[in-house]
Amino acid sequence: MRPYLAILSARFRMLLQYRSAAAAGFVTQLFWGLIRMMIFQAFMENSISPPLDSRQILGYIWLTQAFLLLAMVQGDGEIQAMIRTGNIGYELLRPVDLQCLWLSRKIATRLAPTLLRCVPLIGFAALMGWLDWPGLASALAGVAALAGAVLLSSCVCMLMDISMFWTVSGAGMNRLIGAITVFFSGQLIPLPLLPDAWQTTLAILPFRGLADAPFRLLLGQIPASHVVGVVAHQLIWAGLLSLLIRGLMARSLRRVVIQGG
Amino acid sequence: MNAVGLYFRYVGVSFRSQMQYRWSTILSTLGVFITLALEFAAIWGLFHRFGTLRGWTLAEVALLYGIVTVGFAMAEGVARGFDMFGNMVRMGDFDRLLLRPRPLALQVAGQELGMHRAGRAIQGAMVLGWAWTSLHLGWQWQLLGLLGLAILGTACLFYGIYILQATYCFWSIQSLEVFSVVTYGASETAQFPMSIYRPWFRRFFTFVMPLAAVTYYPALPLLGRSDGTLRTPTWFGWVSPLIGVAFLLASLWVWRFGVRHYRSTGS
Repeated sequence: MRPYLAILSARFRMLLQYRSAAAAGFVTQLFWGLIRMMIFQAFMENSISPPLDSRQILGYIWLTQAFLLLAMVQGDGEIQAMIRTGNIGYELLRPVDLQCLWLSRKIATRLAPTLLRCVPLIGFAALMGWLDWPGLASALAGVAALAGAVLLSSCVCMLMDISMFWTVSGAGMNRLIGAITVFFSGQLIPLPLLPDAWQTTLAILPFRGLADAPFRLLLGQIPASHVVGVVAHQLIWAGLLSLLIRGLMARSLRRVVIQGG
Repeated sequence: MNAVGLYFRYVGVSFRSQMQYRWSTILSTLGVFITLALEFAAIWGLFHRFGTLRGWTLAEVALLYGIVTVGFAMAEGVARGFDMFGNMVRMGDFDRLLLRPRPLALQVAGQELGMHRAGRAIQGAMVLGWAWTSLHLGWQWQLLGLLGLAILGTACLFYGIYILQATYCFWSIQSLEVFSVVTYGASETAQFPMSIYRPWFRRFFTFVMPLAAVTYYPALPLLGRSDGTLRTPTWFGWVSPLIGVAFLLASLWVWRFGVRHYRSTGS
């Protein structure tokens, strides 16, 4: 376990250096949050009772902005770059499990920029009265589910990276996975607002674990006692994806040709 | 070879080079299309849940969505040279363009064609077509003309923003992320009627960046509506898209000013 933690923390400290990018991101997310807030508020003037009340929808919008980088999955092409430069040779020689090594890096890659962005955004939203303190139990449950979301999104990202071994179709696949994830994790519209008939399917799919479920725990809309079910759902999907990744890696690494020297 | 001929030569080269990676281009186009289709599905979901938006129906909002999406896609597809201009300045490649006795703006514009942006245009056109038929707007040439004018105005406005973004590079060397907030943020904003936004926000997108003039105001006469807050006369919507064209011309003027202040970074 120790080498993986070391890799994770080294990458994490490296990424914390990108503070000016985080500041620019803060302004961007603030702008998007404001647009979305005004749109949703105009919709909520209709006197029907949606499954989320107006305070919860407001909080949901700002949590989406705060944790955007966590749930916005994308392949970063790092593995391709290693193949191109020949550095993958070093990776294959390291006396650690390759999948765990890459996963540790991915976790840090998800975690550090998210932390840099979510703290000021949550602070600002709370200050403006757009986000309520949910109580200690809900906050802890939410953080636990966010940790699960980091793991799950790292697995999805890794799958996307691996899929880029098949270069041409991989890039298109990545866009596709990204688009589907954004929608079905609730980043465009809170999942409970989608038609009631869809809710069972949405609950089974892995995507809600990336954003919707942690957010609703943080808002207190899902009671804190349900956290076990949420995290179990995330872990099951993370496990299934990991098995898939292991299979794909075993197949693709066999035919890797190391270039450069 | 004259300037316009040169531009189309550039476009042809870019088209053929991207067609070398045919599958990659097709899949990227498909990816953009599906991303936007899901974005529209979210809007549909909101209408499905809430019914209307301050008296606007889904079809009416879809008309706004279609105008801004098609207009933005047109600008985005041909403005990549300006969008990527920061790299060109940083690498010193701009100096080469300066040596050629042809209009600079056309040379930059022709640098690269954003082929997969076609996904955005196709999706926007489909939403527009659906909105047009479900609103029973028919085939009156005046209405179609106004629609065309609105799309043209939108494209010009976004193109103007890209040119301003590139002009900024003369001083900063790098592109500013805030410009992508303006372009993508504006395209998101214009998908909904301006009347739902707060006054300060509406003022920004009316007077600073005249987005409302190219999407919202021309859509009002198309829908037989009037604006409740600003009380603009109906005829305003018929001419306001021209403000987008004026914005593009003004941007080109700023660009020319920027070129005169260019100092090479190249080595």
